[in-house]
Amino acid sequence: MSSAGEAETERNDVREDGRRPPRAVVGSHRIKEEIFGRAFDARIMSRIWGFVRPYRRQFIISVVAVLIFTLTQLAIPLVIRSAIDDGLLAADGRAALIRATVLFGVIILINFGASYVQERVVGRVAENVLFDIREAMFSHLQSVSQSFMDKTEVGRLMSRLQGDVNSMQEFLETSVISVGDLVLLFGIVFCMLWLNWELGLLTLSILPVLFIVRLIWLPKARVVFIEAHEANSVTSGALAEAIHGVRTVQGMTRQTVNLRLYDDKATTNLKAQLRSARYAQVLVPIVDALTGLAMAMVVVVGGQMVLNQSLDVGVMVAFLFFIQRFFDPIRSLTMQYSVMQRAMASGQRLTEVLDVPVSVTDAAGAVALEPDAPGSVEFRNVSFRYNPEQPVLRNVSFYVKPGETVALVGPTGSGKSSVMSLIHRFYDVQEGAVLVGGVDVRQVTQESLGQQIAMVLQEPFLFTGTVMENIRYNKASATDAEVMDAARAVGAHDLIMRLPQGYGTKLTERGANLSMGQRQLLSFARALVADAKILVLDEATSSIDSYTEQQIQKALVTLLKGRTGLVIAHRLATIRNADRIMVLQAGELIEQGTHDELLAADGRYAQLYKASHASFDDVE
Amino acid sequence: MSAPADSPGAEHSSLRAVEVMAQTDTVGWMTGLRTMWRVTKMAGETPWQVVFALVSTLFAASLQILIPRLLGHAVDQTQTALTGSIEAAEAALWATAVLVLAVSTLRGIFATLQNYFSESVGHYSGYRLRMQFYDKIQHLSFGFHDSIHSGDLITLGLLDLEGARMFFSTGLVRFVLLFILIGVGGYWLISIDIWLGLLALSFVPYVGWESSVSQLKLRGTWLVLQERLDVLSRVMEENLAGIRVVRAFSAQDHERAKFHRASVSALDLAYERVDIRVKSTASMTLSFFVAMGLVLLVGGMKVQAGTITVGTLASFLTFMTILQMPVRQLGMLVNSVARTSTCGARLFALLDLEPAVSDRPGAPVLKVSDGTLRFEDVSFAYPSAPDQDVLQGITFTAKKGETIGLIGPQGSGKTTIAQLIPRFYDVTRGRITLDGQDIRDVTLKSLRQNVAVVSQDVFMFTTTMENNIAYGNPWAPEEKIEAASDAAQLHGYIDGLPERYRTVVGERGASLSGGQRQRMSIARSLILTPAVLVFDDSTAAIDARTEARIFDAIRAQAADRVTVLVAHRLNTLMHADRILVLDMGRIVEQGTHDELLALNGKYRELYDLQHRSYGDRP
Repeated sequence: MSSAGEAETERNDVREDGRRPPRAVVGSHRIKEEIFGRAFDARIMSRIWGFVRPYRRQFIISVVAVLIFTLTQLAIPLVIRSAIDDGLLAADGRAALIRATVLFGVIILINFGASYVQERVVGRVAENVLFDIREAMFSHLQSVSQSFMDKTEVGRLMSRLQGDVNSMQEFLETSVISVGDLVLLFGIVFCMLWLNWELGLLTLSILPVLFIVRLIWLPKARVVFIEAHEANSVTSGALAEAIHGVRTVQGMTRQTVNLRLYDDKATTNLKAQLRSARYAQVLVPIVDALTGLAMAMVVVVGGQMVLNQSLDVGVMVAFLFFIQRFFDPIRSLTMQYSVMQRAMASGQRLTEVLDVPVSVTDAAGAVALEPDAPGSVEFRNVSFRYNPEQPVLRNVSFYVKPGETVALVGPTGSGKSSVMSLIHRFYDVQEGAVLVGGVDVRQVTQESLGQQIAMVLQEPFLFTGTVMENIRYNKASATDAEVMDAARAVGAHDLIMRLPQGYGTKLTERGANLSMGQRQLLSFARALVADAKILVLDEATSSIDSYTEQQIQKALVTLLKGRTGLVIAHRLATIRNADRIMVLQAGELIEQGTHDELLAADGRYAQLYKASHASFDDVE
Repeated sequence: MSAPADSPGAEHSSLRAVEVMAQTDTVGWMTGLRTMWRVTKMAGETPWQVVFALVSTLFAASLQILIPRLLGHAVDQTQTALTGSIEAAEAALWATAVLVLAVSTLRGIFATLQNYFSESVGHYSGYRLRMQFYDKIQHLSFGFHDSIHSGDLITLGLLDLEGARMFFSTGLVRFVLLFILIGVGGYWLISIDIWLGLLALSFVPYVGWESSVSQLKLRGTWLVLQERLDVLSRVMEENLAGIRVVRAFSAQDHERAKFHRASVSALDLAYERVDIRVKSTASMTLSFFVAMGLVLLVGGMKVQAGTITVGTLASFLTFMTILQMPVRQLGMLVNSVARTSTCGARLFALLDLEPAVSDRPGAPVLKVSDGTLRFEDVSFAYPSAPDQDVLQGITFTAKKGETIGLIGPQGSGKTTIAQLIPRFYDVTRGRITLDGQDIRDVTLKSLRQNVAVVSQDVFMFTTTMENNIAYGNPWAPEEKIEAASDAAQLHGYIDGLPERYRTVVGERGASLSGGQRQRMSIARSLILTPAVLVFDDSTAAIDARTEARIFDAIRAQAADRVTVLVAHRLNTLMHADRILVLDMGRIVEQGTHDELLALNGKYRELYDLQHRSYGDRP
């Protein structure tokens, strides 16, 4: 064994010579998605409009309000102008001054009303649309094909549901304001030309310069901004990883290496943020100088015109007011371009999710499966594949009588789980038919089918919420007493009562505060409460402590009593207690019978049995 | 670190700190002030940038006040010319124009410097805080991490840190700017005409008050909104992750209703926030315009009476326009103070924590020679429940080359023993020694390099397979990585992946099953050459045959170390040199498999349980 001193240099230190550990990273590999799309995509716009449509009245109101608001903004310098020219510099201007003040008062009241209506309506509509899109996606995902859900990562879907929906909200809020900005910009141009076209043209000459400067700056700045944003996410991702993986980090003494690597990320981030800050600020002096230039022109040229008495001094003041408002609409309009691009990219991703086909749907004339239909399950010449090249089941036929328990055995990949999924019609078969209660599952409504079948999956999945809520799940009619009876029946009652608040105990993060065995018992109780005629169960493969294991075996007996049972079995005990055993291999049903019959037949089952003592797993 | 690291006091204070970090939004006055002072001091670490930022702010604000005055002069210059000479007036106009251009440009330059330097001060503070935070997180003990939700720690390290680092630009610099604009600008207005000046400033108190109140209200509702949105995300995430359960129970409508409820509760609050925002902005604008209208009326009358000039009136109006935006930001200033004091308090509470498990001053490096692991009368209670002994008087010795098996029902203390050996927690009584050295007397680093624990829950890093396997020794050569993964029965799987060892975990079909993750964790530990190797029930999700192959491979190298094996399957444990049967934190039986069977006690009971099927019960 090497001494600790050697280990010190051999392992976790970033070496003296500055060489990096070759196989060390912190928080790398993120999902990257396109941030910007085309600025305008008619198809996506019409989809977005579909969500805004229900609120079109409010939408129109807000556009009208924003127009009124903009007009009042334009009117204010004009009123000031008239107060100066007609009120202050006229011979007897008192009346005119009061008139102008009253007019000013009226305008600001309208301004108040319009801004209130516009912001409130826009804000609310945007929030509404945002929540509607989220609900539409959530709802859609409930019914899209299971194959889509199998293939798609939860994280990716979540980021769509969150990030992309937010950029849609931003787009909705700013687009109404942009209408106002556009009107404001044209309004300012119009007012200036109308007040004095010569002075107007002269000062407006800086407008294209402002635009051009902004347009040159924007694409470069955007790259820098995205880099800064990206660097920040990367650094945050590395931090999150350090928090989640802290036990591994400490157990493997990676602290020193990780801190060095994190320093790289944090430093890169710092530089990116500083560069982005420089880009954000670089335009300020240019814009200020150009604005200053326009004001200087008004002072010199306008001033001389006033001296020549070819211009009223009030007009000069109004010009100065307008110039100060020049840049605001240009800034937000050019920003709107990026907002739109972002919204189109997000809209594209949202529509992709919303357009995922719902492959399993109720047939046109689907009827409800009678509640008193017999609990039989039949496969008639079923062939099934997830994709064309890979057949999963080949011409499988069997019949399970009401009340019978059948164990399904076979090596990994033999098609056991697919049989389970097909009974519940998670997928549709390509050939043959699956019959439940004597009726083809494609001819009944999915909901009524679901009520006949209870499923226990291999990995017990619990939801955040109390124990009571988890066992009851969607069987709202089950009383507390019924829930407790179910828990007693599967032997979970005592363990639940030992929890801090009994049935009212909140399960954290999918039941992380329970052991694997305890979670399984709760999922059994949940299936028992559902009280269906047919039970489909995928036995857990992982080993759990013997006491709980024993309880689970007992619970299984309770669960199967009086029900039709199809069990993917791994434990010998479970297999031997079934009424019948079906052996699957490479998608074909090759043997069936009781344990003794199959042993006597000395076929595949007997082979499997001899090869393994307590477990049927992974036998090739 | 003066207090001994393992004293109950250290743990106690860490628990109080966790309470401080809970996401509350109220902080006592003294804590608030202390926090503000500390945040302010933090900016001092980049002194030159602070000076540049403040000086630039001073210039930018002063120049900005000059602009309305210049414009007012220009207006007056056109008026006085009616009585004086046109040439003089024109010259004066030119001079004013040049000044306007120069002042505007200079203001722009100083504003740029002000913004850039104040932001960069914040970014540098942010960088330092991030590094401190990361370092602290990595060293805080398991007891601390058990007591705090990882999501809360992430919030702390992202949002609270952001709140604290921004204070210089959003708080201090903005304060200076507003002080000059309102103070100096206001003084100038009042010195020209006291009543008109007061009228022009009349909107300032109202807008300042209103924006502060609404910002604080928005802040309060923001925190609640985040909570509700978190609920919404959680419902969604669980639904997607558990979609098979949802479908198995035909619970789609149930789930839709659940989502809708969460959605409506968030939407209601979002509405409320829109209302708060709209009411305050609209009323602030109105109050500003009312003040402007009054200045226009009263000022107009004064112009008519000849007490002030048109230019003065124009400069009053222009100055008001300039003042409008910054005054609205008073609310943000108040918000910044509120945010900094609460965020900062939480952040510093964490940064000030002393890890409950850490090196003694001057602790030597662990020296391994005979490699004997010894538990001497060890008792232990978790820091979260100090009165509840999880282990009581555990004593055993394991020599190099020996394999010790641990078995017992849930909660009997098996995992706890596994976690005490690398000192993830400190024992409350007794001691653990490795090669005769108390593990609390040597450096943590040297201890953990010699003790590898394969734990139940495996954390996968989103990087390549080889990086994951070589996590504990990033310098490991390729052969060593492959050997480890081969011993852990993982090589076959990785070899079949598109990019073999370079395949990134979680991408392109390389998502690992529970059993594969456990095998990964085993491979990780085999890369190290530890003196003690602990398996903490780390093969539960691996099928019996693969497990047997793994242990065959491990046994080949077991001569050089102590192996501690926690398991449920008796088949796993059968070959251990000694098996300790635990119950309620005590060793109730020990011996070899055969000895224990002959004892006819707890072990026998377990054995019978595992070799009997439910149908065979009498």
